[in-house]
Amino acid sequence: MNSPMAHNRPPEGGSLFPRDREWHPPAYFEQYKTSIARSPKRAPISFPSTLSEETGPVFTTDILGPLDNDLILNFGEPGEMAIGQRIIVHGRVLDQDGRGQPGLLVEFWQANAGGRYRHKKEGYMAPLDPNFGGCGRTITDSDGRYVFRTVKPGPYPWPNRVNDWRPAHIHFSVFGRAWGQRLITQMYFEGDPLIWTCPIVDTIPDRAAIEQLIAPLDLDATIPMDSRAYKFDIVIRGRRGTWFENRKEGV
Amino acid sequence: MQTLGRLKESPSQTAGPYVHIGCVPNFSGIPGVYPEDLGTSLCTKDAKGTHITVKGTVYDGTGTALKDALIEVWQADANGIYSAGDPRGPADPNFTGWGRSPGDYDTGEWVFDTVKPGRVPMHDGRLMAPHISLWVVARGINLGLQTRMYFPDEEAANAEDPILARIEHKNRVPTLIAKAEGDGIYRFDIRLQGDDETIFFDV
Repeated sequence: MNSPMAHNRPPEGGSLFPRDREWHPPAYFEQYKTSIARSPKRAPISFPSTLSEETGPVFTTDILGPLDNDLILNFGEPGEMAIGQRIIVHGRVLDQDGRGQPGLLVEFWQANAGGRYRHKKEGYMAPLDPNFGGCGRTITDSDGRYVFRTVKPGPYPWPNRVNDWRPAHIHFSVFGRAWGQRLITQMYFEGDPLIWTCPIVDTIPDRAAIEQLIAPLDLDATIPMDSRAYKFDIVIRGRRGTWFENRKEGV
Repeated sequence: MQTLGRLKESPSQTAGPYVHIGCVPNFSGIPGVYPEDLGTSLCTKDAKGTHITVKGTVYDGTGTALKDALIEVWQADANGIYSAGDPRGPADPNFTGWGRSPGDYDTGEWVFDTVKPGRVPMHDGRLMAPHISLWVVARGINLGLQTRMYFPDEEAANAEDPILARIEHKNRVPTLIAKAEGDGIYRFDIRLQGDDETIFFDV
């Protein structure tokens, strides 16, 4: 009756696929200087996921406000809008088997159009935009889709080597259904030459992996006379089905 | 031959120095976008079990406290049930088990008020010792770090914990065990490097 073989859709919730740590940046990367003192030196201990990694917090849409995914309006004074190039960012959260992942919390944050963050420790001379906070969030729909509206962030200089500039980017935080799927990454924009000079981008060893973080301009999704669109899919770790797992009854 | 057609996980990038803008905006000085920051509490006062406080600081390889990190925790309730995704559920309705803290702005110390978790079984039925899973991101950390905190007053359970048993270098196991700091208060400092570098997990 409850046999997992009784239907053809692979039951979800099984063990996590091992993470391909060569696809991710290594902890230590000399040209990203802050990583030098913050990178563990010893090998991480590997083990197959347990319930502690296969479960995870769930967020429901009742936490969301109507402007949470509209960075042009969500910090502005009434009737005011953030300054900058209006864009839509949209895409899907997928697992490694390409299945859209519904009901996942996606958070995003970014600098304003001039490349300035609204943060106490930020000292770049570009001005704050009084109508731009820089944070937003949403929850993926039944197909794993998400969308938000914002202004395109500016590139900015940062203290690393003498003349390092971050390419324009948006930070993403994604929850899977499983704690072991937790991921933070960054989205870059098609055609930005700074992508290929940035030591933080360069922490990723494989060019194809970097390309996975570059969102193409999506003219079909553009809203005429209003906003351009960029499409950015995010892939979280896959999981085996639960058919053949070595589980005892009731455990 | 067919291809598996499996996608690669999106590669991680550092959370950067301004992760608080996105994850705890009220803390970071961006009020009013969300009514409150997520993850400020793991449970209500009505949650069953022993109420405890867990605190700690993340240190870099020079011994300097990180003041720009973000710590998240995930744990089972007092009966060892997770609040979501656990086939043995349901968990205590007054308990989520998920928390998020930016740490103190001046010292970097983070604090979670929670209940002591129960034991959770491995898939083969062996019981793990009570533990709290932690995830650390910050500027300079390229892939979020996973670790676990175990309890100093659970010696018997720790001794049969299958995860702790996997660790070859037994002299490093104490890096995963919190220190009792009085009644119901535990300290779990995390060291990113050094002789007492915390054990991190690839899981």
